[in-house]
Amino acid sequence: MCGIVGIYLKSKKFEKDLGKMLSGMLVNMESRGPDSAGFAIYKKEKKEEFKYSICINNLVFEEFKKDISKKIKYKSILKNSDHVILSSKENPEKVLSILNQIKEISLVGYGRSIEIFKQIGNPKDVVKKFKLEKFSGTHAIGHTRMATESAITTDGSHPYSTGSDECLVHNGSLSNHNNLRRDLIKRKINFKSENDTEVAAGYISNHLSNKKNLKETLESALSDLDGFYTFITGTKKGFAIVRDEIACKPAVISETKDYVAIASEFQAMAHLPGVNIANIFEPQPGIVYSWGN
Amino acid sequence: MKLDLKKLKLRKVNETLQSIDPKKNNKNYTILNPEGNHAICVGLTDDIDITVKGHVGYYCGGMNQNANITVEGNVGTGVAENMMSGKIHVKGNASQSAGATAHGGFLIIDGDASSRCGISMKGIDIVVKGSVGHMSAFMAQSGNLIVCGNAGEALGDSLYETDIYIKGKVKSLGADCIEKKMDNKHLKKLENLLKKAKLEKLKTKDFKRYGSARKLYNFKIDNVSSY
Repeated sequence: MCGIVGIYLKSKKFEKDLGKMLSGMLVNMESRGPDSAGFAIYKKEKKEEFKYSICINNLVFEEFKKDISKKIKYKSILKNSDHVILSSKENPEKVLSILNQIKEISLVGYGRSIEIFKQIGNPKDVVKKFKLEKFSGTHAIGHTRMATESAITTDGSHPYSTGSDECLVHNGSLSNHNNLRRDLIKRKINFKSENDTEVAAGYISNHLSNKKNLKETLESALSDLDGFYTFITGTKKGFAIVRDEIACKPAVISETKDYVAIASEFQAMAHLPGVNIANIFEPQPGIVYSWGN
Repeated sequence: MKLDLKKLKLRKVNETLQSIDPKKNNKNYTILNPEGNHAICVGLTDDIDITVKGHVGYYCGGMNQNANITVEGNVGTGVAENMMSGKIHVKGNASQSAGATAHGGFLIIDGDASSRCGISMKGIDIVVKGSVGHMSAFMAQSGNLIVCGNAGEALGDSLYETDIYIKGKVKSLGADCIEKKMDNKHLKKLENLLKKAKLEKLKTKDFKRYGSARKLYNFKIDNVSSY
C-alpha cells in the first residue's frame, strides 16, 4: 500500500492554506500507510540562498548549531522538531560536501525553494510534530508509508530528493531498482538507502540534469522503470503524476481553477475547498500528467 | 429518510440499510456527505431506493441484492463487486474493477469506467455510457458488457461466455477474444439492455459484438501433457 498526496496551486488564493490542506490529506491517508510520513513543500525562493533540509536525529540542536557555524556561513538556521532548515549563500557543492561528512545527520533535501520533513510514526503525529498546518507555499507533496522494500527509518521514508528542488513520492514497488542503482552510481548519483523509490528519484535527477523536462523524464521512466508505481514528483516550478501501464496503484485527480490535488483515494481530498465542483478524474495508465515545468 | 455520514458512523448507516422491516420502514433513503468513504451500501438485501449525494470510495454497493442505488458522483474501485441482483446507477465516473465478479443485477455508469471493468463478471449486465479502460471483461464468464464509448487494450482477455458490445473503437483484443456476428437474438438483447439504460436513441447496428473464440478454456486432448 502507501498513500500519496499532492497539491499544486494554480492561483495565489490558497497559498497560506497549503499546509492545512496537505495536512488533512496526509492524516486521512493513515489507513494506507501508518509506518512513517513525510512531506515536501515548495516556498518562494530567496535570491542566491540555498536551503538544506536536515534531520539531526539524536543530536542536540544547540550543539549542532555551534558545530555547523564553524563550518558553514549561514543566513539562518531554523529548528522544527528534529529537523533543521539551514539557509546559506555559500556554494551549494561546498555545503553539501560538509553536510554529507556529518554521519549523525540525514540530509533529506535541498534547493532554492524546497523544504522536506519526514519521520517514522503515525501520519497524524508526524504532521503535528512538524506543525504542517502552519506552512504556506506554492505546491506540496506528501506520503504515508506502509513499508515493504526497506526498513522503517527516516532514510526509508518519503519524499525522496536526490537533486536540487526535486522530490518524489511513490506508491508501489520497483523490481529492477538494483540494476538501475548500479547504473546511476556510475553516473555520480548518490544514494543513502536500499530503497527502490530513492532509485526512481535518482533516475529522475539524472534525466533532469541532462536538460530533459519533467514530462520527458517521466515518459522515459515508463520504459526504464519496471514494477508497480504511481509517482507524484515535484520540481521548483513543476508538478507531475504518472502511473505504470498496469495501473494497479490508485490515484485520483481533482482540478479546480485554483488548484490541482492528487491523492491515492478521493476521501483524502473530500475536505478540500470546492472539491465537490472540481473536475475529478483518474489518471490513465502510462500517461504523464504535468503542471508547470 | 436522510442518513448523514457526517453525523452517523458508516457502520450504523449500513446496519440501518441492512435491517429493513418491510412493514414499518421507509423504502427511500438519501445518504449525505459520503466524502469518499469505502463500503457504503454493502450487503443490502431489500428492495429499497437509495440516493448517495456525492463521491464514494471503494466497493460501493458490494454484494447488493435487490436494492436500487444511485450515486450522484464518482465511485472508487469495485463498485457493485459481487452484486447478486438489484440496480446501481453511477452518475459520474467509475474507478477500476467496476462490477467485478458480480453474479446478477444491473450496473449503469454514466461516465467512464477505468481499467478491468467487469473483470470476472458472472452474470451481471453492465452499461457504460462512456469508455472503459484496459483489460475490461478479463476472464468474464457470463452476462453482458455494453460500452457506448471506446474500450482500452486487451478487451475480453481469457474470456468465457460474456457478450461484449462496443459502439466505439477497441484498442486491442485480449487472448481468445474475437469479434462475432451480431444476429437477431443479439440485436434484440442489446436493444432491451439499451432500453433499460434509457438509451433507446442509440442504434443497435452501430455496436459490434465480441465474445470468446472458445479456444483457450475448452479442454483439448492435444494439450493434455500441460495439465
